[in-house]
Amino acid sequence: MTTETRVGPLETEELISGSEAIARACALADVDVITAYPIRPYDTVMQFVSKLIANGELTCEYIVAESEHSQFEIVKHASAVGARVFTGSSGVGWFYAFEALAVTCGLRLPMVAMVGNRALDDPGAFGCEHNDALAVRDLGWLLNWAATAQDCIDTAFLAWRVAEDPRVFLPCAISTDGAFLTHSQQIVKVPDRSLVDKFLPPYDRGKFQLHPDNPITIAPQVNEDWLMEIRRQTDAAMRRARDVIIEAHQEFVDIFGRGGDPFLEEYMTDDADVVLIGMGTLALPLKVTVRRMREKGHKVGFIRVKWFRPFPGPELLELLPRFKAVGVIDRDYSLGSPLNGGVLFNEVRSIMYSAPERVPIIGFVAGLGGREITIPSTRQMFEITQKAADEGGTDQELHWIGVRE
Amino acid sequence: MTTTQQLVPLRGVKQSPLEELFTSGHRTCQGCESALVMKLMIKAAGPRTIVLGSTGCMYVANTTYYSTPWVVPWMHTQLGSSGSAALGTAAGLKALMRKAKMKDEPINVIAFCGDGGGADMGLSAISAALTHNEYNLLILLYDNESYANTDIQVSGSSPWGANSTFSPPGTLHRIMNRRWKKNTAGMLAAGHPQARYIATGCASYATDMMNKVRKALTIGGPTFMHTLDPCPKGWDYDPMYSHELGVLAVQTGIWVQYEVEDGKITLNGPSKVLARGKKRLPVEEYLKRQGRFAHFTPEDVAYFQSQIDEMWEKWWIPGVVPPGPQDP
Repeated sequence: MTTETRVGPLETEELISGSEAIARACALADVDVITAYPIRPYDTVMQFVSKLIANGELTCEYIVAESEHSQFEIVKHASAVGARVFTGSSGVGWFYAFEALAVTCGLRLPMVAMVGNRALDDPGAFGCEHNDALAVRDLGWLLNWAATAQDCIDTAFLAWRVAEDPRVFLPCAISTDGAFLTHSQQIVKVPDRSLVDKFLPPYDRGKFQLHPDNPITIAPQVNEDWLMEIRRQTDAAMRRARDVIIEAHQEFVDIFGRGGDPFLEEYMTDDADVVLIGMGTLALPLKVTVRRMREKGHKVGFIRVKWFRPFPGPELLELLPRFKAVGVIDRDYSLGSPLNGGVLFNEVRSIMYSAPERVPIIGFVAGLGGREITIPSTRQMFEITQKAADEGGTDQELHWIGVRE
Repeated sequence: MTTTQQLVPLRGVKQSPLEELFTSGHRTCQGCESALVMKLMIKAAGPRTIVLGSTGCMYVANTTYYSTPWVVPWMHTQLGSSGSAALGTAAGLKALMRKAKMKDEPINVIAFCGDGGGADMGLSAISAALTHNEYNLLILLYDNESYANTDIQVSGSSPWGANSTFSPPGTLHRIMNRRWKKNTAGMLAAGHPQARYIATGCASYATDMMNKVRKALTIGGPTFMHTLDPCPKGWDYDPMYSHELGVLAVQTGIWVQYEVEDGKITLNGPSKVLARGKKRLPVEEYLKRQGRFAHFTPEDVAYFQSQIDEMWEKWWIPGVVPPGPQDP
């Protein structure tokens, strides 16, 4: 059921899920080729996509592939001839496509994929974990985590804009927490096509387009003669993506009138003593807890990391030293890593090595397999972090929250 | 891209275009028949063609950075991705043309794969591509009967008993590859009744092969070709005999030349003559010229011969359709 309220000539408000929001973005961005393959929970986006196509609201080549590997290979090749593409997956499906995920970066082919974050079962689990999308973090994928259905549609436009910018030409994955975002409806401002056209230029592959008029050879054998230079070029593209993201966010704010900071969402951090950092939908319980604890006089705040790649290192390095302690919540694990912490925890600790003063940083592993991150559990994390602030440090830098021991 | 290009059948090798679109710059082995398949394939297809090449000899040996032999646009694809590469390229072109984002014209899309990429890893993606009637594309499997690029390892398309680096004869086991070669083209023809054209070929019969490429590209929809390519390195023979071994493979009845057009099966050339009753050459004539069968005993040769005899005497259509239910 969709309730619709017209709020302006160029925008409608609709009650839709994160998946439906991204499907609507596909239609508004006039995507050329879309490939689907079923796996929960991301597949809901393709259910909406197929319905839009069936109803004539989206015109594209729509291919239901026979595996995730083919899904990603098909759009990779469509992107090489100059088509705007969209695909997606979840959990082990994303891993089934891993070979294609890896080469797309080296080929410098823009692609937008939705990851409906899901645990890497076995043992069987449909619920949310971030390890699926995080697995490509070293390869050249732009990675973004959405927190709301509004984020989903907005980030999709940003994703094509940044990925298809000739200074970048890299694939971009939008992570959406399984169930919490893929299957939950929220009020979303859906823009008119004219606004999207203004923001999102056509994809122009330029001199790299594979076409008989431009008979180039793509991806020959380079071996040790050239591969290192090519990796360096991909590295440069990822570095340039930072500025392109900032530029695109600014223009997004100008055209759509919303958006805020490109990399970080800060919530009540101005005078905070301790903050928690996290990605995705856990922002919601965190914000509730921050408000409730503030009512009782605790100076707490929350920071949501929006882009994980490129990592907002400079922003965090500037922001975090003013707090007395920082807690990092990971909806993922990195077994055997430094301090046995999660991925985000280790990234934050790494960037903070350059800080003039060492702020205590505590890691929390929480919400694995879709387990809910509850208000009491967020309060517990604040209390642990506050204790480290009060004592100027801690003996235990890593906690699993909400787990039966 | 609703129509295909017009490519007329050649009535002899002298009618083939002089223009080379697969030219110098590759470093395939002397006597490499797969390289000849590439040359004939693109000569038949012409310049308005995009070629996608999956990992294998025809990728690694052909396209070294700065020395590509491809005059047409060419792109590498992953080992198991020839079907997906063809599909994605054709879908991208179609979307851009029908939305008027690109000039509307027929562009040939050919994806090639070796036997490892086609008969083994890429089979499911090729199968999927052959179900998409709305896209014009050709998938060409060049079969040198081993993973020849990586050091000659046995594949699902290697012949029974062949020596490879993964199936070497030893003191306990003389025959390490105990699997019979897959009937890839026959399986794909049987499984994809709406694919309008599926054919086998061999570069020893160049005009036939080029005409099959042209038919595959002009008939419309997804099509498939499977060529048998003698490989001096993998089969262990003097490179000067490549052409002759292709002829022997056909005349011994081991390799069957045929096409399946709109569901109708036709044996071609020497295979058609063999089916009419001409005596096949003994398989030994073919096997004894190759080092990969040097360890065969007379019993091994006899077993090989018995399997080929059965194919020609008991199958409904030799090399294509296996035996049906026996008469009551």
